[in-house]
Amino acid sequence: MDWTWFHKFGSPPHVYRLAGLLTPWFAWPAALLILGALYGGLVLAPPDYQQGDGFRIIYVHAPSAWLAVMIYAVMATAAGVGLIWRMKVAHAVAASCAGVGAWFTVVSLLTGMLWGKPMWGTYWVWDPRLTAQLILFFLYLGYMGLRASIDDTSRADRASAVLALVGVVNLPIIRYSVEWWNSIHQAPSVMKMDRPSMPFDMLAPLLAMLLGFTLYFGAVLLIRLRAEILRRERNASWIREELT
Amino acid sequence: MSELTAENIWFYRGDYPVLKALSFALSAGECLQIRGPNGAGKTTLLRVLTGLLQAEEGVVRWQGQATGARDSGFLASLAYLPHQPPLKAELTGAENVHFAVGLRRRCTPQDVRAALRRVGAGAFADRPVRSLSAGQRRRVAFAALHLDTARLWLLDEPTTNLDAEGQSMVCELLEQHLAGGGLAVAATHQPLALSAGRLVALELSGVGE
Amino acid sequence: MSAPGVFRVAAWVVQRDLRLATRRPSQVLQPLAFFAVVTLLFPLGYTPELAKLRAIAPGVLWVAALLASMLALESLFREDAEDGTLEQFVVSGQPLTLLLFAKTATHWLMTGLPLTLMAPLVGGALGVPFAALGGILSALVLGTISLSLIGAVGAGLTLASRRGGVLLSLLTLPLAVPVLIFGARATELAIAGDSLTGPLYLLGAVAVLGVTLAPLAAAAAVRIGLE
Repeated sequence: MDWTWFHKFGSPPHVYRLAGLLTPWFAWPAALLILGALYGGLVLAPPDYQQGDGFRIIYVHAPSAWLAVMIYAVMATAAGVGLIWRMKVAHAVAASCAGVGAWFTVVSLLTGMLWGKPMWGTYWVWDPRLTAQLILFFLYLGYMGLRASIDDTSRADRASAVLALVGVVNLPIIRYSVEWWNSIHQAPSVMKMDRPSMPFDMLAPLLAMLLGFTLYFGAVLLIRLRAEILRRERNASWIREELT
Repeated sequence: MSELTAENIWFYRGDYPVLKALSFALSAGECLQIRGPNGAGKTTLLRVLTGLLQAEEGVVRWQGQATGARDSGFLASLAYLPHQPPLKAELTGAENVHFAVGLRRRCTPQDVRAALRRVGAGAFADRPVRSLSAGQRRRVAFAALHLDTARLWLLDEPTTNLDAEGQSMVCELLEQHLAGGGLAVAATHQPLALSAGRLVALELSGVGE
Repeated sequence: MSAPGVFRVAAWVVQRDLRLATRRPSQVLQPLAFFAVVTLLFPLGYTPELAKLRAIAPGVLWVAALLASMLALESLFREDAEDGTLEQFVVSGQPLTLLLFAKTATHWLMTGLPLTLMAPLVGGALGVPFAALGGILSALVLGTISLSLIGAVGAGLTLASRRGGVLLSLLTLPLAVPVLIFGARATELAIAGDSLTGPLYLLGAVAVLGVTLAPLAAAAAVRIGLE
C-alpha cells in the first residue's frame, strides 16, 4: 500500500497550504446555508402551535449542541491519531478544536437557558441535556487547563491526548448516567420536539442550519489550524519562504 | 563486537537541539564516559538510552536490536542510577535496597546486608534515608546496583558527594562489573580510575547554533 | 537469572506502599478526617433534624467521599515521580500498567476502603437507618474503586504540569459524575428500603471498565509525565 498520502498529511507545510486552499470551500457554503436557514427559520417557518415564536431558538440551539459533542469526538480522534502515529499535525488539529468546542458548548447552554425562560419560567432547570452539556463544558475546560499547564508543546500534546481519549470513552457513560438520573427525578424536559413529524418548512431550515454550522466549524478549524501551525513552526525555514 | 550502539541521535527541547547527530559504539568490558559542560545534554543522553525520552531521530541498538521504551528484554538488562538516588526518605537503606532490587530479581535480606556492607553502608543500613547525608544515600543506591544483574549500567554523576574512599569504591565496583563482561555509560566530570583500555570518552560540546 | 513473576512484583509494590503508609500515617488519616468533618458541616449548616438530613444523606455522603478521595490523590504519584521511584518502575522491565495498578489498588486500600468502613458512623450521624448500611457499604466499595482508578489517570496526567491541586480536581470530577449519580441513587434506595441491584450493577460496570482501561491510560500518562 502506498502511504505517501499519509506522510503528506503529517507534513506541516503541506497541511498549511492545503488548509488555506480549502477554507473558502467551507466558509462560503456555510455563510450561504446559515443565511438561507435563518430566513427560512425566522421568517418562513410557521410559529409552533404550543411554543409560539419561542421555538425558533432551536435553529441556533440544536446545531450548537450537536457541534459541541461532535467537536469533542473530532478532537479525540485527532488526538488519538497524534498519539498513535506520533503525528504533530494531528495534535495541532486537536489543539485547534478545543476552543471552538468549548464556545459552542457555551452557546448551546445560553440558548438553552433563553429557551427555558418562556417554557419553564426560569432560566435554569436541571434538564438532562443541559446538564450533560454543562459537564461537557467542564471536560473542555479540563482539557484546555491541562494543555495550558504544561510548558513543553510535545508533552502537552500527548498528555491532553490521553485525557481526550479518556473523556471520549466517558462521554457516553456520562450522558447515559445523566439521562438515567433524570428519568428517576422526573425533571421537566420541554427541549424535545417530540411530535411525530415536524412540518417540512420547520424541519428544512433546521437541517440546513446543522449543515451550515458544521461547515462553519470546518472553516474555523482550518483557519485556527493554520495559526496553530504557524505558532508551532515559527522557527522553521519553510515559514520564512512561505511568508515572503 | 559492539553491544551498545547509538546512531545519529537527535533530541530537541522545543526547537533547541540538545543532542545533535550523536553516535557511539560500546563493547563488553568498556565504560563510556560522557563529559561536557552543564546543559550539554549528559543526563538527556542517559535518559534517551533508557528509553525514558524518545529521540526525534536516530536509533539505539542493544546487541544489534533497536531498543524502545517498552522493550522489557532490554530494560531488564539495564540499570539506571539517576543523579538523585531513587530512594524513599521514610524507608531505611536496607528496605530501599530490598524493594528496589525486588522489582527486578529475587533477593534475600542476607543478600541485601552483604551488598550494603560491600559499599560501606552497613553501619547506617537501618536508619531512615531521610537522616542520611547525600554521600551516604549514594552508597545505599550503589548497594542496589551491586545486587542487580543488569549488564548495562547507566550512571549519572556516580561519584558526586562521595569522599575519596567512596569514589575508589565506585571505581572498584565499576571495574569489577566491566571485568565480568558488563558495560557502563557514566556521565561525570571527575576522572574515573579504571584500568587501561576500559574507558571510552565522549565529549558533548553543548551550546549549538 | 530468576526474574520475579508479574504478580509477585505487583505484591511487592503493594507491600512497599503499605510499609510507607505506616511510616507516615497522617497522609492516610487526613482524607478520612476530612470526610468526617465535611459531613459534620451539614447538620451544622442545614439542620439537626435527622428526618431532613436523611433526605440529603446520599448526596452528602457521596460528594464528601468524592472530595476526600480527590484530596488523597495528590500523593498517589507525585512523590514517587519526584524521588525517582516511578522512573525506576519504567526501566524495571516490568509492565508499567501492572505496577501502577498495584499502586492504585494500595491507594484504594488506604482511602476507599476506610472511607467505606466509616460510612456507618457518618451515615448514622445523618440519620441513615441501620438496615440501609449493608447496601450503602456495597455501593461505596464499588464506587470508591472507580474513584481511585479515575483519579489515577488524573494524577498521572497532572505529573507533567508543575501544579496539580485544582487542575487535578477539574480533570477528575467531571469524569466521576456517573459514579456520583449511580452511588447516590443506590444509597437513596437503600435508605428507602428498596432493592438497589440496578444502580449496583451500573456501579459494578463502571468499576470493571475502570479496572480494564484506567491503568492503561495512567501508564501512558505517567510515561509522558516523566519525560
